[in-house]
Amino acid sequence: MSVIQAFLDVLIERWDAILTGTLEHLYLSFVSVAIATCIAVPLGIILTRKQRIAEPIIGITGLFQTIPSLALLAFMLPIFGIGITPAIIALTIYSLLPILRNTYTGILGVDRSAVEAGKGMGMTNFQILYIVELPLSLPIIMAGIRTATVLTIGVASLAAFIGAGGLGELMFRGLQMMRNDLVLAGAIPAALLAIFFDLILRWVEVKTTPRGLKK
Amino acid sequence: MITFENVRKVYPDGFEALKGIHMTVAKGELVTLIGPSGCGKTTTMKMVNRLIEPTEGKVLINGEDIAHKNPVELRREIGYVIQQIGLLPHMTISKNVSLIPKLKGWAKERYLKRVDELLDLVGLDPTVYRDRYPAELSGGQQQRVGVARALAAEPPIILMDEPFSALDPITREQLQDELIRLQQEIQKTIVFVTHDIREALKISTKIAIMKDGEIVQTGEPNQIVKEPKNEFVKSFIGDEHSGSDCDGSRMSSYK
Ligand SMILES: Nc1ncnc2c1ncn2[C@@H]1O[C@H](COP(=O)(O)OP(=O)(O)O)[C@@H](O)[C@H]1O
Ligand SMILES: [Mg+2]
Repeated sequence: MSVIQAFLDVLIERWDAILTGTLEHLYLSFVSVAIATCIAVPLGIILTRKQRIAEPIIGITGLFQTIPSLALLAFMLPIFGIGITPAIIALTIYSLLPILRNTYTGILGVDRSAVEAGKGMGMTNFQILYIVELPLSLPIIMAGIRTATVLTIGVASLAAFIGAGGLGELMFRGLQMMRNDLVLAGAIPAALLAIFFDLILRWVEVKTTPRGLKK
Repeated sequence: MITFENVRKVYPDGFEALKGIHMTVAKGELVTLIGPSGCGKTTTMKMVNRLIEPTEGKVLINGEDIAHKNPVELRREIGYVIQQIGLLPHMTISKNVSLIPKLKGWAKERYLKRVDELLDLVGLDPTVYRDRYPAELSGGQQQRVGVARALAAEPPIILMDEPFSALDPITREQLQDELIRLQQEIQKTIVFVTHDIREALKISTKIAIMKDGEIVQTGEPNQIVKEPKNEFVKSFIGDEHSGSDCDGSRMSSYK
């Protein structure tokens, strides 16, 4: 009871720090996922056209993901120093895999007969992509973006470790000062953010499912 | 008119799928390519819209070598119907049928009118079906839409690769009858692939029997029944066809 009471007190006392932390957290996460999307979706499309190099490239992004997140952030230090930029680079690398993999498998999963019919009717490659393949794989690509977003919101808590701010800042300070109320003031909003965006993006996924594909 | 001149196809794995095909399909004809599975029917047909390129030889349309044509423009002048149908599941029937006319830049009133016209032609009430999605139609109805889509941009040539073989027998019969009626009405040049000799005898003006990458015999249906060139043709026809029952078939009109 006392921890919760203390947490509520912190919430009132430090609402501005929590708000700042939340905004920083969102900024880090969104910029990273946005950059990752801009890289991974076109790359995923290209890989479906060059399947021979697909496995190695998806493998490399998979490798990035197996690096523990704290270690990945630590690797940024000697190269890019501290601050927001290295954090965004690390988070971007971290977000690539789910988006890349889902774009690739999503497009390859599109009913081949629809693609064949489109080609046979005289669609250009670009028309096949944007009239047939992208609309039909959009829900799967969106699921990849959702996974990446939730993942990144989680990992962004560690960005404070290299001085990039965010809700992790509050958690770290709380841990240093052995103040659970401060830790919770960072942890609870971070968890809520992840859950909130998971729900929002699930809703977007449903909305982007073409009507003819809904059961 | 479509002409095959000594068309060979060797696939990248070294398999020789076509061993020098010679064939002429005259304007307004419905030619069926028939033969056992793997004999090269689909390969032959896909040369016409350049989904497959010949290793050797030429395919000409109205005397023009299609190898020099832009494949996209070529395909927009050729209707294409496949066994798997391949309607776009995220588009309504109307959008599916009007896709190519739209890409060709037709005005909206023109292609919407065309959709209703075509749905009528293939036996689907436009007011009922135009705004439905493919998943809301039966297999037979979907293939009717597939045929309407192939006709949409008024192509002079239509390719059909086993279009009815996944359908139940009754629907198949209906669609065969309608194809005959349709072709008499609109006089397209149709290349039709099937492995069903009864279907071929029923709908064709000309049949090309294939075996192992070669055309064994071509002729009008009754000619092939009466004068099978060799044992292979005889057994191929004999299995399915006693020679007397050809109810409603075109054979009666080709004496
Ligand atoms: N892309 C390909 N690579 C290698 N062999 C192929 C390819 N496509 C078809 N074949 C082979 O060529 C032969 C003819 O194929 P196809 O024209 O599809 O036959 P059909 O339509 O008469 O059943 C078959 O033996 C098939 O296995
Ligand atoms: Mg075939």
